[in-house]
Amino acid sequence: MTAIITRVKKKQLSDLMAQDKRADGRGLKDYREMKIEQGIIERAEGSARVLLGKTEVVVGTKIEMGEPFSDTPNEGVLTVNAELTPIASPEFEAGPPDEMSIELARIVDRGIRESKAINVEKLVIEPGKKVFVVFVDIYVLNHDGNLIDASALAAVSALLNTKMANYEIKDGEVHLKPGYEQLPIRKHPITVTVAKIEDKLVVDPQLEEELVMDARITFAIDDDENICAIQKGGSGYFEPNEIFEAAKIAKAKAKEMRKKLNW
Amino acid sequence: MNDKPEKLIDKKGLRLDGRKADELRPVKLEVGVIANADGSAYIEHGKNKILAAVYGPREVHPKHLALQDRTVMKCRYHMAPFSVQERKSPAPSRREVELSKVIRESLEPAVFMEYYPRTMVDVFIEVLQADGGTRCASITAAALALADSGIPMRDLVVACAAGKVDDTVVLDLMDTEDKLGGADVPVALMPNLNAVTLLQMDGILTHEEFEKAVNMALDGCRQIYAMQKEALKQKYVNVSEETKEEAEE
Repeated sequence: MTAIITRVKKKQLSDLMAQDKRADGRGLKDYREMKIEQGIIERAEGSARVLLGKTEVVVGTKIEMGEPFSDTPNEGVLTVNAELTPIASPEFEAGPPDEMSIELARIVDRGIRESKAINVEKLVIEPGKKVFVVFVDIYVLNHDGNLIDASALAAVSALLNTKMANYEIKDGEVHLKPGYEQLPIRKHPITVTVAKIEDKLVVDPQLEEELVMDARITFAIDDDENICAIQKGGSGYFEPNEIFEAAKIAKAKAKEMRKKLNW
Repeated sequence: MNDKPEKLIDKKGLRLDGRKADELRPVKLEVGVIANADGSAYIEHGKNKILAAVYGPREVHPKHLALQDRTVMKCRYHMAPFSVQERKSPAPSRREVELSKVIRESLEPAVFMEYYPRTMVDVFIEVLQADGGTRCASITAAALALADSGIPMRDLVVACAAGKVDDTVVLDLMDTEDKLGGADVPVALMPNLNAVTLLQMDGILTHEEFEKAVNMALDGCRQIYAMQKEALKQKYVNVSEETKEEAEE
């Protein structure tokens, strides 16, 4: 999974970075053009496609009945999975999820779970026995960097678009009724990834930049501007003041995006 | 196990195990504990009991993973089935896969990877007993095991968590505090370089609380760092005493 970048390209990118410039003309704190489409897969309970520059992610949600976890009998269940489909990059291979896709799914999961985005108490059919299980499946269709932010954005967009079945309980059995209800969503976490390249902090790294970056750090920010999840990644390091600076950038970017998205 | 304490911090500001907010659990470190390994270390951090062993640099397996300009580090964080209350299946969980990745990424910046091209360094971590903060204790032990193996390093890596329980920012959460508390922020540091190599968080924190938690965790790291260096020296003190005894015999 180690993609290769030529030394010439690497030098070019870091020379630009030294002048606060980026290869595609963006400023250091600018996201690429962002497009969100909801409800693109009719068979799914909810769905969304996100384009972040050339990065493309589709998320589909499915809802099934299942058992709650024994330590949370009064809560529905959230399951997030990510597939790095071989369609998306010459580096991706079909097969069981590798550490990259597991990490991606778990970062997105943490943002949704820790912000308490889904009102899981409302997904209980019979406490301790039967609850709704929400499956969030992330499908990466084209990898041009920053899969985390694109996937998190697509996941929340898909959840906002998710319908769940109406039901009634008759003689202890669950019967489905016609019609649908909206999945109860109460928070809208926004995920911002900051990469460190040549001692500069940049948001929304594209693939080339990810290949030369020292490390990245991802913040999930909730509706009240609190931090609800963080993940540092990559084989480099941050100094403490760089972390606090990155947190401030993430807060400001999340605020800006929240306004645009009307979340 | 199901009786949840109402408060995690009492009126005097003391925690369930009697610690103050900024107090570490007792830490015990030992270097050179696995005879077969090229480097090894054992940590007891509170009730956590963790072994780390390093094998390598050695031949890359499978071969196609080899890199021409540096060594490949592989890391496996694994929990013993008996390490937690309910038996954990020995098959690697998604959590263990993620932790293996972030632990590796926390150690790589410390190692001069380019000194050993076309080789592999294996770092194996076995959690024998878990009590909250296993990833941090694992990093502290694994860095010692790497140093013990003799691989050149820029610095040791040391890790410690801080978090929030009952609206108070506290150092080094144990299992109950982690499960019932408001947030957990594990941090790994190379103290001499002031370089943070691991940072994660779950829970909810304001920006002020987050900065406070990170600074508190960094402070905890520096305290454990002193113990780490002492443990590394202690191994050689032990060796020199053994040879002295042999000479006297």
